[in-house]
Amino acid sequence: MTTSQRRVVVTGLGATTPVGGDVATTWEGLVSGRSGVRALEGEQYAELPVRFAGQVAVEPTTLLEKSESRRLDRCQQLALIASREAWADAGTPELDPERLGVVVATGIGGIVSLLEQNEILNSRGWSRVSPMSVPMLMPNGSAAWVGLDLGAKAGIHTPVSACASGAEAVSYALEMIRSGRADVVLAGGTEACIHPITIASFAAMRALSTRNDEPERASRPYDTGRDGFVMGEGAGSLVLESEEHARARGARIYAEVASAGITADGHHIAQPDPEGRGATRAMRLALEGAGATAHDVIHVNAHATSTPQGDVAEAGAIRAALGGDIDHVTVSGTKSMTGHLLGGAGAVESVAAILALYHRVAPVTANLEDLDPAVGLDIVHGEARTLRDGDALVLNNSFGFGGHNVALAFRSV
Amino acid sequence: MSQEILDGLAAIVNEVAGTPVADITPDKAFIDDLDVDSLSMVEVVMACEDKFGVSIPDSEVKNLKTVGDAVAYIEKAQA
Repeated sequence: MTTSQRRVVVTGLGATTPVGGDVATTWEGLVSGRSGVRALEGEQYAELPVRFAGQVAVEPTTLLEKSESRRLDRCQQLALIASREAWADAGTPELDPERLGVVVATGIGGIVSLLEQNEILNSRGWSRVSPMSVPMLMPNGSAAWVGLDLGAKAGIHTPVSACASGAEAVSYALEMIRSGRADVVLAGGTEACIHPITIASFAAMRALSTRNDEPERASRPYDTGRDGFVMGEGAGSLVLESEEHARARGARIYAEVASAGITADGHHIAQPDPEGRGATRAMRLALEGAGATAHDVIHVNAHATSTPQGDVAEAGAIRAALGGDIDHVTVSGTKSMTGHLLGGAGAVESVAAILALYHRVAPVTANLEDLDPAVGLDIVHGEARTLRDGDALVLNNSFGFGGHNVALAFRSV
Repeated sequence: MSQEILDGLAAIVNEVAGTPVADITPDKAFIDDLDVDSLSMVEVVMACEDKFGVSIPDSEVKNLKTVGDAVAYIEKAQA
């Protein structure tokens, strides 16, 4: 078998999200329909049009050494926690560090640290600006810290493609192993940018839900009452490994990373192509790359951010990509519970998609009370749904401002 | 040597680098013995300036190899 045909599998999962501080708690929440979205306390939010978000269920500083926490931006803290969980879940593989890679994505990076240091600059002068400012704000900081933590030397990378970043990390990790650069890659995505300025900025785009009186019900993909996305924070991690390497050490295998379909809309800086053509093409490429057909697909973890335009455009794209096979495909929108983790979303939702395949359970789409008739899909809501046995494929869609489309295909093993 | 300054400095190094307070004795070198890297050293210096009300210019920092060097410098600067 040549390196270009190497099969790549997932052997470890990690997550810290608004729904739970680890994979088990997050998964239990997604299956039971538990929202992690809450009101934001603090007078800095009082005058904003949006006063709620999905903050992580477990404060990262309670899990890290104090000297460790203080040199890490919050998005880096979350990435480190999720990656440590994934690495332990994979059985802490032992290998030549030059064969171990890290790809951790973020959409925005350490913006909160930058803002804090800017306040220090203005109030106390340049001499009190932290020497850790640059490592804390640089977008590759999370990947770099995770790489140091694991001692990885095959290469460390940070794809940045807004809300598709986390999925792009999985795709990049897949390529690193297929091309022969690495045998094992820790892939992930992270974000922690809940702050008045980011809320104000997304609110200025009219992209956020303003359902302040019912935060837990604000993220409602596919519902006729949806009015925008809900900001969230968190991180997801996956240990990708060549099948050969995983089998040789007797690792537990969750799924094969069968393929990644990546396209660009070429339409608008922030709005999705209303026809969803780029998204359709990404899903078709993912199926082609996996050597599969729509008939093999049992479940899609949709991008489904709860925006009026985006959900319908994606629904149309899913229908177009899967054609007549759409009747036996369940679709879940887990952002209904986590909120939108931006650069972390694609990684956390990859974890959810893989667990749906592994456990044969499609998680809930919370808050779906009145299905938008333009959707035309079998959206799992009310309670989780059992998926059929046998060889199967699941897809995870992630799209980002800028027109980025990533569809990942995971296959049962 | 001022025990008060030594204790204060040990608390700072512990906070910045996570080094156990008991290990932070006058003979120890910041970089070689105490897990303080060049960035952490900047943080230690900033915290010392705030805590002890002294100024430690960059030109002096390179002479402060050990905890004892730093305590002596701070004592002199406070005098």
